[in-house]
Amino acid sequence: MSALVLRAGRRSFRVERRTLWLSAILLGTILALGFVGLCYGGATWASPGEVLAALTGAADSVVIVEWRLPRVVAAMVFGCALGAAGAIFQTLTRNPLGSPDVIGLDAGAYTGALFAFTVLAGTSGQLAVSSVLGGLLVAALIYLLSLSNGLSGLRLVVIGIAVNAMLQALNSWIVLRADLEVAMAAGAWNAGSLNGVDWADLVLPLPILAGLLATLLVWFRPIQQSTLGDAVAATTGVGLDRLRLMMVLIGVGCTATVTAVAGPIAFIALAAPQIGRRLARTPGVALLPAALTGAVLLLTADLLAQMLLSPESLPVGVVTTAIGGCYLIWLLTQEVRRR
Amino acid sequence: MISTETRPAPTSTARWHVAVLVGGFALLAAVAVVSIGIGAQAVPPMDVLRALVAPDGSANQLIVLEVRAPRALLAIGVGAALGVAGVLIQTLSRNALAEPGILGVSTGAGFAMTIGAALGGVASPAAELLVATLGAAGATLLVYAVGRTAPLRLVLTGVALSAVLSGISLGLRLMSPDVFDKYRFWSVGSLAGREQAPLLVPMLAIGLALVGALLLSRSLNAAALGEAVARTLGANIARVRLATLVLITVLAGAATAVAGPILFVGLIVPHVARRLARGSVPWLTGYALVLGPLLMLLADIGSRVLLPTGEVPVAIVTGFLGGPMLIWAVRKYGAGSL
Repeated sequence: MSALVLRAGRRSFRVERRTLWLSAILLGTILALGFVGLCYGGATWASPGEVLAALTGAADSVVIVEWRLPRVVAAMVFGCALGAAGAIFQTLTRNPLGSPDVIGLDAGAYTGALFAFTVLAGTSGQLAVSSVLGGLLVAALIYLLSLSNGLSGLRLVVIGIAVNAMLQALNSWIVLRADLEVAMAAGAWNAGSLNGVDWADLVLPLPILAGLLATLLVWFRPIQQSTLGDAVAATTGVGLDRLRLMMVLIGVGCTATVTAVAGPIAFIALAAPQIGRRLARTPGVALLPAALTGAVLLLTADLLAQMLLSPESLPVGVVTTAIGGCYLIWLLTQEVRRR
Repeated sequence: MISTETRPAPTSTARWHVAVLVGGFALLAAVAVVSIGIGAQAVPPMDVLRALVAPDGSANQLIVLEVRAPRALLAIGVGAALGVAGVLIQTLSRNALAEPGILGVSTGAGFAMTIGAALGGVASPAAELLVATLGAAGATLLVYAVGRTAPLRLVLTGVALSAVLSGISLGLRLMSPDVFDKYRFWSVGSLAGREQAPLLVPMLAIGLALVGALLLSRSLNAAALGEAVARTLGANIARVRLATLVLITVLAGAATAVAGPILFVGLIVPHVARRLARGSVPWLTGYALVLGPLLMLLADIGSRVLLPTGEVPVAIVTGFLGGPMLIWAVRKYGAGSL
């Protein structure tokens, strides 16, 4: 495989050509899907001309600019954030199972949300605050528990799985004891949904996620080097423990921010890095393909969630798990056939 | 092998294992007697033994024979099935994080239960049992068809298929309150009242599969060393892998069908057993056979006595029992030795 080396001052980036092409194709797909998302919503289609007119400001359209556009932007950015968070954790732990939804962050957010539903009134503000708090508390707990003589990736995953199992037991216990309506509302929140997301919901999350993703872009290379083994990483001059802590913070930040707005959208963080890796044919998890694949997955899922049972709109998490899983299976069967 | 130099000679190792196992079975029997005695109507241990050996038809003995003993037997069967299934899947996939549910057994069963409830077909315990079994078997077959060539692919396929099935069934549940209500009670694994279901067939299946696992464990020992080594030792990798998967499906499928998803037991038991077995798969299987039922019985006792107001589902107790155990083991022995 041929590689391209980009130099800017003292920094240099080495990018595989295949990864570059793939990223361009994925970006194109994202824009195309976003455009379709602007055309469709609430079981009605707008013509591409109308959408273009609304985007350029030639025509006023509340539906397109105030309703559909924030939803499409949210799907793009959240998808990228979830894919990137998955790439971080899977790289740190060197394990495809080391994604935020496996190691208990989503379960912690759900516990927080269940608290808001059953003890508080369950308004969207309370849900956002308590779910973020739940997720952060769990992340801190897992991190502290897995810390001894530095952070070990596998230990973090195992402890995450243990904490996840306990939280899930707790959550299903609460769901079991709650009234049926409350339980169903909580279940729907837990599926993750972009229904009703507007600009006001995105004012804070978008800059936060943009900042986190930009930081990640700079620091991901040293993290990948660290997976070559602690000894190799030390010789390249990477301060491992501080770097790992920073990566964990970014990953948790991405997941928590998305969860606060849309609920825990399952499976993208797990599937996107694995799908991206297979498309790019890189030996390890690559950041850019993972993030872009995440956006493609979430955009597609959100479109399907609106179309499948229209005019009813399914929670997008139901669809992400279904299509992400199907696609991963298809990729695996292709691998079998190539042999 | 170099590592054997630091270990005791083979015969004394075997004697040690046998001694620990015999002690374990004695402990298991004692806990079973205690478990049968505990409940709303407490029965003293001697009465329990008398009822099991020489029944005379008194009220206490009826409780023991009709309700408590079947339930203890159920706990033992489910615990053994999950523990041994966990050993098999972790050895086969060479992944310490694998649990029987990873092959899609529990989500397959849950998917079938959701569909069944949505179609209004699952009314009796027997029907529940049948539907859950079919779902578990179907899902595992699919996972095997796609992922049979390599352990990692098997695990990934299992995770992916589980996601697809749980996504679809979640969508179905959110559309119908009835289905949601039925599923939320099934989805928390419990032994309460399950002893009244027709248990002969699933228990027989578990028993046969356990014998099969013990017979297979020696070949699995060779397979665990890697494909090349196994071939030189004369083991047929493909056949061993297939047989192991069939056993995992039967064990985990039957356990899930009778009690609902309690799969954390399948993750934690192999981890504890591995401390005792020191790398030998046959002994590992033996230890799981004792530790699985022990954990399950203790959790079942906990589920009955923890809350004064009523029973806690056993899956919640196993979660809170197994979680800290796993964290402790990882912190004490490190994740590398898992």
